[in-house]
Amino acid sequence: MSPELAASEAVLAATSTGEAVTFWILGPLSVIAALMMVLSKNAVHAALFLAAVMLSLAGLYAAQDAPFLAAVQVIVYTGAILMLFLFVLMLVGVDASDSLVETLRGQRVGAAIVGLGFAALLMGTIASAVLQDDGTVAAVGLDRANEEGNVVGIARLLFTDYLFAFEITSALLITAALGAMVLAHKERTEPKLSQREMSRRRFAGDSPIALPGPGVFAGTNSSATRALLPDGSEAEQSVSPILTPTSGKPAAGADSEGTQSIERPS
Amino acid sequence: MNESYYLLLAALLFTIGGLGVLVRRNAILVFMSVELMLNSVNLTLVTFSRTIGTLDGQVMAFFVMVVAAAEVVVGLAILMSIFRSRRSASVDDASLLKF
Repeated sequence: MSPELAASEAVLAATSTGEAVTFWILGPLSVIAALMMVLSKNAVHAALFLAAVMLSLAGLYAAQDAPFLAAVQVIVYTGAILMLFLFVLMLVGVDASDSLVETLRGQRVGAAIVGLGFAALLMGTIASAVLQDDGTVAAVGLDRANEEGNVVGIARLLFTDYLFAFEITSALLITAALGAMVLAHKERTEPKLSQREMSRRRFAGDSPIALPGPGVFAGTNSSATRALLPDGSEAEQSVSPILTPTSGKPAAGADSEGTQSIERPS
Repeated sequence: MNESYYLLLAALLFTIGGLGVLVRRNAILVFMSVELMLNSVNLTLVTFSRTIGTLDGQVMAFFVMVVAAAEVVVGLAILMSIFRSRRSASVDDASLLKF
């Protein structure tokens, strides 16, 4: 037992300085980012803080002899999952942020108390378990398991002991992809317009010619700026009706600026 | 500096994630907090893998990542369909399964 112990202590001693630096940089960073994620009102900011947490966790994996998991963490979590989060945020609307009104009375205080209690319980248990151990249970380290390389070692386990779970995972992924397609599918509520109907609607409608484009002035070239008619009035049709509900008034300030810059030379 | 610091960090992150699930009402943010909790458990698995000296913990963390990816895909799709019918991503509004 003692040579093994000595070896593991040697491993610990060899890795501790650089690893301690990594830990004391990335650990507090991840905790701060996680807190900011929970506390930030804007959902996009929360997603970016979550990215910070995940990247620092990838660094911690790399510090713990898990280079494959560190790479997977960066690629899968920060690359794929967070981008998915951001896509859905953009679809749902970035301004769909939380209202800060408490619907349940005392929910935040209760949650804070529960959180503090849970943290104290969990960390106290871990700390007492660690403190009781007088150094006889030292970490083995992954030097022997990673002899052939971390990726080879993981692949060896994955395709022998965990082969069945691995195959089940593929079924899970296919099911998830199909489920997402079914759930995100949108039923068409009105029949698709044929080319004939579209051209009929265009030429038999109010304006057989193309609608006027938005105004491009010295002050603004926003597509929410209305064009000016020859008599100086604004052309209602020059701005898409979609822009009105999202931006409130279609660029009222920019519009007046544009008008001024047009009128000044005349 | 020994491995238990990683466990303490993971416990802290798990608690913060749980707090987020309790406090936030935007369903996307609740999902993000769940992801944070899964990540902290992954850190625990990786730490124990190193403590025991086998790679089983890392394989388990890998499986957790795969399942988390599947979970996020389905969850966000559900969220989108709820948002489409209800125009809200708040978990308070979705109190009924139908209507």
